[in-house]
Amino acid sequence: MADWTPDQPIVSVKEVYKSFGELEVLKGVSFDVMKGEVICIIGPSGSGKSTLIRCINALNDIQSGSITVEGQEVHAPNLDKLELRKKVGMVFQQYNLFPHKTALENIMMAPIKVLKEPKEQVAERARALLAKVRLEGKEDSYPGELSGGQQQRVAIARSLAMRPDVMLFDEVTAALDPETVKEVLVTIKDLAQEGMTCMLVTHEMGFAREVADHIYFTDRGVIVEHGPPATFFDQAQDPRTREFLSQIL
Amino acid sequence: MLESFRAFFIQLAEDYPRWNFIFFYDERQWDRVVEGLYYTLLLSIACVIASVVIGIVGAWAQGSPKRWVRALVQGYIQFFRNTPPFVQLLFFYFALGQFTPTYSPDGWLEYPIISNVGWAIISLSFFAGAFNVEIFRAGIEAVPESTQEAASSLGFTRLQTYTEVVLPLAFRVSLPALNNNLVNLVKTTTQAFAIAVPELLYQSVSIWNDFPSAQYPTMLMLFVVYIGLVGILVLGMHRWEKAMRIPGYGVGA
Repeated sequence: MADWTPDQPIVSVKEVYKSFGELEVLKGVSFDVMKGEVICIIGPSGSGKSTLIRCINALNDIQSGSITVEGQEVHAPNLDKLELRKKVGMVFQQYNLFPHKTALENIMMAPIKVLKEPKEQVAERARALLAKVRLEGKEDSYPGELSGGQQQRVAIARSLAMRPDVMLFDEVTAALDPETVKEVLVTIKDLAQEGMTCMLVTHEMGFAREVADHIYFTDRGVIVEHGPPATFFDQAQDPRTREFLSQIL
Repeated sequence: MLESFRAFFIQLAEDYPRWNFIFFYDERQWDRVVEGLYYTLLLSIACVIASVVIGIVGAWAQGSPKRWVRALVQGYIQFFRNTPPFVQLLFFYFALGQFTPTYSPDGWLEYPIISNVGWAIISLSFFAGAFNVEIFRAGIEAVPESTQEAASSLGFTRLQTYTEVVLPLAFRVSLPALNNNLVNLVKTTTQAFAIAVPELLYQSVSIWNDFPSAQYPTMLMLFVVYIGLVGILVLGMHRWEKAMRIPGYGVGA
């Protein structure tokens, strides 16, 4: 299992079932993501999109099935969580920055504490990352002094500082006002174009159509339909997908 | 200057016999006050530090995934919070003190390895620590679950998440309540009097037993000293609170 090669799926989800108590949230979900691919998961609220993405970096456990990241089983009892989380970066809807640290410190914390890298080296990389998300000059600002869009871009930079192979985005623009949505989407688009493997849960259909290689539509815990954006948006087969798209587009 | 200071209080005691500030002119009584102050400060500082450490560790253990650890912390809190600190002090010194080993530096006398001062520090620290656990727990609960998830998704261990993210935030939320508890703790150190710890109250009572005419002045001195001590503590805590304020976060945002 350990000898994963880039021609195999970087993330592989097979027959995953997940429930919270009585409530079954995922009912046999399967799909593969190849290295460098950008996939978008869309669907109505409560369809299990966020749960699915949270299972991939073991923030939620699963009842049955299998999820592997670079060949490593995520839900093995002896999982090395640190190894997994070095590979998988995650950005949340509520940014979740550390409010007591400046933007730069937020980015530097994990590489220093978790990867035990030297401070000077990390500082240099953190500055470069801030520049990359177009936030030069905000190094010493605290999260409370930044706008939502700026905080979310710091959060993306913070995740990138761990040099992940896969980035998970959990409705990262859902809490932003329309003007700032764009600045975050541009940042993600840059990443996607650089070849970062990205999995996004999103309600931004225009964005999904533009950047995604593959779209998955989930409803009530199953993948109803999937395909490349062109076919997905224009030739949806399933009535549920069509109804959803007609409401949103 | 010092001579005239002493002369003033000698004269005062002669003119008004109820106002015999004996410790201001009698060196032996002055030394008693100084020694009392020393022990009061020792107890206060040691107990403040130890009780805060107990609070931090206890609040961490309370979030443990192991049920028996949580039960242990809960038992500790219930015992020390729901029984009088005075009874705890007597219990520690008279009951537990009997079972502690002794040592003999001169080959004649046997000394217990934990002195009455030691027992007072232990007992009062556990008492205040029980409240501190609850105080920090409230602060920890104010830290959003999602912030901790972000830390754990960056690869932080549970301990790292606690020390780097949860505690610094929880501490800020907890400071006002902690402040109150520490003020109470400093005042509660007077109960060490009962096990003959020579702190300020003990010394004061000794002074006025020896010199009944010094009772009012000694009581007055006690009040003034405690107002000063607690005042310094509160001032320090407020400064600390201010220094730890985060721009754009919480109070004063």
